[in-house]
Amino acid sequence: MIDFEKIRSSFPILDVKVNDNKLVYFDNAATTQTPTQVTNSIRDYFNKQNSNIHRGVHHLSNISTEDFEQSRKKVKEFIGAEKEEEIVFTKGTTDSINLVATSFQKFLKSGDEILISEMEHHSNIVPWQLCAEKTGAKLKVVSVTKEGEIDIDHLEKLLNKKTKILSITHISNTLGTINPITEITKLARKFDTKVFIDGAQAIAHQKVNVTELDVDFYCFSAHKLYGPTGVGILYGKEEILEKLPPYQGGGEMIEMVTFEKTTYAKLPSKFEAGTPNISGVIALSKAIEFIEDINLGLIFEYEAMLLNHYNEKSNKLEYYEPFGTSLNKSAIASFNLKKVHHYDIGVLLDNMGVAVRTGHHCTQPLHKKFNLAGTIRASFGIYNTKNEIDYFFDCLSRAYKMLY
Amino acid sequence: MTSVEKVQNEIVEELSLFSDWIEKYEYLIELGKDEIDFNKKFMKDEFLINGCQSKVWLYAKQKNSKITFHAYSDAIMTKGIIALLIKVFSNQSPDDIINSKLEFIDKIGLKSHLSATRANGLMSMIKQIKIYAIGFKEKNG
Repeated sequence: MIDFEKIRSSFPILDVKVNDNKLVYFDNAATTQTPTQVTNSIRDYFNKQNSNIHRGVHHLSNISTEDFEQSRKKVKEFIGAEKEEEIVFTKGTTDSINLVATSFQKFLKSGDEILISEMEHHSNIVPWQLCAEKTGAKLKVVSVTKEGEIDIDHLEKLLNKKTKILSITHISNTLGTINPITEITKLARKFDTKVFIDGAQAIAHQKVNVTELDVDFYCFSAHKLYGPTGVGILYGKEEILEKLPPYQGGGEMIEMVTFEKTTYAKLPSKFEAGTPNISGVIALSKAIEFIEDINLGLIFEYEAMLLNHYNEKSNKLEYYEPFGTSLNKSAIASFNLKKVHHYDIGVLLDNMGVAVRTGHHCTQPLHKKFNLAGTIRASFGIYNTKNEIDYFFDCLSRAYKMLY
Repeated sequence: MTSVEKVQNEIVEELSLFSDWIEKYEYLIELGKDEIDFNKKFMKDEFLINGCQSKVWLYAKQKNSKITFHAYSDAIMTKGIIALLIKVFSNQSPDDIINSKLEFIDKIGLKSHLSATRANGLMSMIKQIKIYAIGFKEKNG
């Protein structure tokens, strides 16, 4: 059982009033809120142990280094990786993708192919476009079906021995579709294609085990995992990370520097140039503890129940037009209301205290394919309730009546 | 008081009659639904001010020494605010437009619509209105 009162009480931000209304926060796919366990950790870090890590011999540096590395261990266990060397701390999901899309250029030549899908976030499109431009590789795009699922037949057709890397989202930030990663990875293995998974929308909503998934890379952000902004994770299989050249140069990532030649540090330091977001990384471990205390299996069930309740309500609205109708969905609902602009709805909901995302959610090509200028997106987290969903639909019909 | 300021004051007075945000927004929505003087042939990219979410098309014409503005948006709320901006800036002289300070938006509590997210393109629209005014002024010598 989920101790709901305890969870809600860890998020003081949920008591914020917006225009005299209680905040209803349905923008969890953009960022999740941070529990006091996480914010206290950040405060304590600066009040009690702020220092630079991996360098000093003094007390503060030692305890901070230890906490920082403990956090790496925590992440390793959380995602079922085999070694701590496989966990690289970055600035976020976008940074993790850029890292691989840049370092992987070493293995690409003109005529090679990079495979992504139509449902990718801009962050999983643009770095690969840059990579393709630089190397002469071709960017190939797998279609999405009208239900909002990856067209597996098309994927099979596009995969070939020139496909060096495939980069696909675990869960679509717009459609909510949970992609069949195991199946996709199996197909990719036939051609020795490396598999990169953008796990930003998955990590806080279902149990992820990178070893079971057998992917080469997996990345996510702390701030979509009830942790702070500015911290991301890149998981990569050790043997591949070993072969990749460094992404950025600087402190921390070196072994020995002379003006003639620099040798690089071992994994994962090779990819962690400069002073990292130390307080953020340490606070991330508190976010993981918070989630593990609740249990990801229960979180998945609870959010599925919320989505179910949401769908029951939305099915009754004849003017509701869902975007993404896969049966295999995470708790993300994008939609439009007939003949009404998504921006107008967003503004009115905001005045009623409801925070949703409106626009293209950084998936312009996906919206364009389905001829949509934008959509409204409600996305749920562990602290949301059925009552909030009921209130949301009251607000939605009020807004619709005002506009239509 | 310039006539730009005068129109702004009139709008502030009119909107101050509403007791809550719902009435105010309903008024804006009504404004947004009204027919406007906008020739659809200008609905093309060169007249488009791209916001992140709603789109705004804007063109200007010179009538004697005054400028008239014509604008359209695909979102009703944005179109309602546009109607207010047109009321303020149309039939004004280039100098009055260039030197104007836009205070009414804040006074009527709609400043969030001009926020830094630039979601609706209104901020860029105001900039473009001033650019038109500078252009007409230079042309007139």
